[in-house]
Amino acid sequence: MHNQEFFLNALIYLGAAVVSVPIAKKLGLGSVLGYLLAGIIIGPFVLKLVGTEAGEVMHFAEFGVVLMLFIIGLELEPKLLWKMRRSIFGLGGLQVLITAGIITGVSLLLNFQLNRAVAIGLILALSSTAIVLQTLSEKGLMRNIAGRSAFSVLLFQDMAVIPILALLPIIATLGAPADLSDTSLNNIGQVAQMPGWLQLLIIIGAITVLVIIGRFAARHIFRLVAETGLREVFVALALLMVIGIALGMDAIGLSPALGTFIAGVVLADSEYRHELETTIDPFKGLLLGLFFISVGASINFNLLIEDPWVIILFVFLLIFIKFVVLLILGRMFRLKKGFEFLFAFLLAQASEFAFVLISFSKQNKLFDEQTSGMLLLVVTLSMAISPLLLIFNDKAVSPILARWQNKLEYDEIEPEENPVILAGFGRFGLTVGRILLANGFKVTILDNNPSNVETLRKYGFKLYFGDITRPTMLEKAGIENARLLILSMAEHENALKVAEIVRKKYSHVKILARAKDIFHVFEYLNLNISDVERENFHSASELGNRALVELGFSKYEAYRATRTFKHHEDQVTDELYQHWLEDQNKFIQETRRFEEQVKETLQAEKNYSIHETDCAWDVDSLKNEAKKEK
Amino acid sequence: MKKILILFAHPAFQKSRINKTLLEAIKNLEGVTINNLYEKYPDFFIDVPAEQKLLSQHDVIVWHHPFYWYSAPALIKEWMDLVLQHGYAYGTHGRALEGKWAMQCISSGGSKAVYSAEGKNHYTVNEFLAPFNQSATLCRMNYLPPFVVHGSHLLGAAELKKHAEDYRAVIELLRDSKINPDLFNSIEYINEIIEQNA
Repeated sequence: MHNQEFFLNALIYLGAAVVSVPIAKKLGLGSVLGYLLAGIIIGPFVLKLVGTEAGEVMHFAEFGVVLMLFIIGLELEPKLLWKMRRSIFGLGGLQVLITAGIITGVSLLLNFQLNRAVAIGLILALSSTAIVLQTLSEKGLMRNIAGRSAFSVLLFQDMAVIPILALLPIIATLGAPADLSDTSLNNIGQVAQMPGWLQLLIIIGAITVLVIIGRFAARHIFRLVAETGLREVFVALALLMVIGIALGMDAIGLSPALGTFIAGVVLADSEYRHELETTIDPFKGLLLGLFFISVGASINFNLLIEDPWVIILFVFLLIFIKFVVLLILGRMFRLKKGFEFLFAFLLAQASEFAFVLISFSKQNKLFDEQTSGMLLLVVTLSMAISPLLLIFNDKAVSPILARWQNKLEYDEIEPEENPVILAGFGRFGLTVGRILLANGFKVTILDNNPSNVETLRKYGFKLYFGDITRPTMLEKAGIENARLLILSMAEHENALKVAEIVRKKYSHVKILARAKDIFHVFEYLNLNISDVERENFHSASELGNRALVELGFSKYEAYRATRTFKHHEDQVTDELYQHWLEDQNKFIQETRRFEEQVKETLQAEKNYSIHETDCAWDVDSLKNEAKKEK
Repeated sequence: MKKILILFAHPAFQKSRINKTLLEAIKNLEGVTINNLYEKYPDFFIDVPAEQKLLSQHDVIVWHHPFYWYSAPALIKEWMDLVLQHGYAYGTHGRALEGKWAMQCISSGGSKAVYSAEGKNHYTVNEFLAPFNQSATLCRMNYLPPFVVHGSHLLGAAELKKHAEDYRAVIELLRDSKINPDLFNSIEYINEIIEQNA
C-alpha cells in the first residue's frame, strides 16, 4: 500500500499518545509532559520507532497552535480583549524587551558576537503558547488572574514574532555580511521584501478584510452550510476557514496563529461560536498532542551526552532569567499572593516559535550548525522541564507561600464576645449574616477571601480576613464564649474539619452548617450536627414552585405541593442516612440510593396528593356522602 | 356609588364549583375589587399595611369563603388577627373602619334545615357567625345579614346560575345604595331581598 509508511507512523504516534498520556495524568503530571515523554520514548534515542521525520511532523503539528488560538479567540469577546490592553502591551512588551535584553547581555558574556547575541535574546525571550495554553485550559486557569496575565504576554509575543522575523535577516547582515541571495527569505513571502510602510499597510488591510468578512459574511455562509444538515460539511468549512486564514496570514508575513486568533475574536459573539468550538477542538487536541510528541522525539540527546553540564547549565540559566524577569514584572503589574509565582513558572520556558526562528536564522547564516543545534536542545529541554516547574510550584512553592502570607496578613480580631461566629461571608453567608444583623444580633464574621472582605467592607460590614480552619483563629474569634458557630463557607471539607474540632473542644457551641449536597449532610449527621441546610435545595424548590404556578396551579396549591415535597425530602434524608451508614464506601450502592430517593419522592407525590389533603370541607369523600344521604 | 372589597378565601378554589360561579358573576362589576387571599398569601405571610390600605379604599367589606367547621378557612382568621389591629380597627383611636359595611358570603354543604335548633347542627348559620358579627361591630362597622348558599355540593347548573345572579344583584344593590338599611333588621339572609324584589 502506498501510504503504508504514513499509517505506520500514525499508528506509532497515536499509540504512544494513548499509552503515555493517561499514565502521566494519573501520576498528576499533566498531558503535556505525557506527550513529551511519549515522544522521547518513541524517538531515536530510546525505541527508535521514529527518526528524522519528527521535525517534519513537528512543523505540520504546529498547526495545532493555530487552531488553539482560534478557539481561544472564540472564547474572548472583543470587549474583554480591550480590557486586557494594559497587560498585553505593558506586561507583554516589557517582558519581551527586558528578557531579550538580559539574554543578549549574558550571550555577550559567553563570547557571542553582538548580532548573534541579539538574535538569541529575541528568540529565547518568547514563551511556549502551546504548552502554557494547554496547561491553562487543563487546569482551568484561563479565568485565573495569573492565567489571564500569562495569556496577555503570549498574545504580545505572538505579535512580536512578526517584527522579529523581519529583523533577523537584517541582524544577520550587520555582523558578518552574508550572501543574502543564499538565504531563504523568499520562503516567508513576497511581502517581507517590501518597504516597511507598505508591509504595515498590507497587514492592516488584511486584518480589516478579516474583520469585515467575519462580521458580515461569515454568519450567512455558516447558516447556508448548517442548513444542509451535513455535519461533515460544516467541519470541512470550519477547517477550510482556519487553514485559509493561516495561509493568507503566512503569505503576508503575519503569524498564522495571530490571524486565526483575530478571526476567533471576530466570531466570538456569533451564534455559531459553540459549534465552531466543538468542531475544531478535537483537531486542535490531536495536533497539539502530535506537536508535543514530535518535540519530545526531536530532542538531540547526543549533544546532551557530549556536553551535559554545559547544556544543563544553559537550560537552568535560561529558565532562571525568564523566571526572575517574569516574577518582578508580575509584581509590578499587581500580581500578589502567589499568583506572581504561578505566572512566572507558567512562562519560564522557551517557545515553539524558537524552532522556526532558529532554523530561519541558520538559513540566514546567523548561527552555525553547532550553535543552532545547542539552542534547539536548550529550547526543547526548557519546554520539557516546564510542566515539572508547575508541579514544583503547586507542591512546594505555593503551600509555603500560603503559610508564610497567612502569618503576615490575617486580621487581628477585636475581643468582643459576640454570641455568634459566622465563617464564610460569600453568597451564602451574606444572607445568613444579614438576617442576624438585621435582627440586632452581634456577629463575628470571618472570610478567607481577601478581595471579598475588601468589597464587603465598602458596604459597611464589619468582618475579618481570616481562616477559620486555624485553631488559633477560632480562639481569637471568641469560640470560648460563643453560642453559635455558623459554617457558611464554600470549602466543604474544611468546614467539616472545623466542625469536628469544635465538637470535641468546645462542646457547648451549637454548630449550624451549609452543606454542599446530601452526602455532605450525612457527614454532618455523623458528627451529630443536624442543623444543616443544603446550599441550593430551597432556592431550587422555590423555582419549582414558580413552575407549578406557571403550569396552572393556584399559588396556594403550588405552595402546599412544594412544601409537601420538601417535607418528604426531610423524612427521606433520615432514612437515606441510615442506608449510607450501613455501607458508605460502595459506589454502586450510592447510585442506587439516588435512584431510590427519586423513586420514593415520586411515589410520595402519587400517594399523597395535595388535592385530597388540603381541601378541608371540599374533599370528594364528603361530597359523595352528601350525595348518598340525599 | 359604594366601593366593594371582596376578601375571598378558599384553599381549594380549584375544587369549588359554587365559589367559582359566584366569583365569576361579580368579578367584572364596576366598583368591585376581588382580593384573593390564598392566591396572594399562600404562605400566610400577610402584608398588613397593604391590606389596610385596601380597606381604606372601600366602603363595603365582604368576607367571601366556604363555611369550614362552622367558620372560615384559616387564612381569614389570620387576616383578622393581623389586619384588624388595635388602634387601627378598634380601640379608642381605632376608627379606620367606622361606618363601613361588613358582610359575609358563605357556601355550605348542609341544607338550611340542618342549621337550626332541631337540626343536626343545632345552631343557625347566623348564630355560628356571631364572632364575625361582633368583630365587625367592635370595629364600628355595620354588619349585614350574610349571603348564604346551602347544599352547595348538590347544586345543579340552573341553581348555580340562579345563586350567581342573586349574588351579583345583591352586590349591585349594595354598591348603588338601593337597599333600605331598615330591611336588614327583618331578614335572616340578604338573599331574601332578591326574593322579595322578584
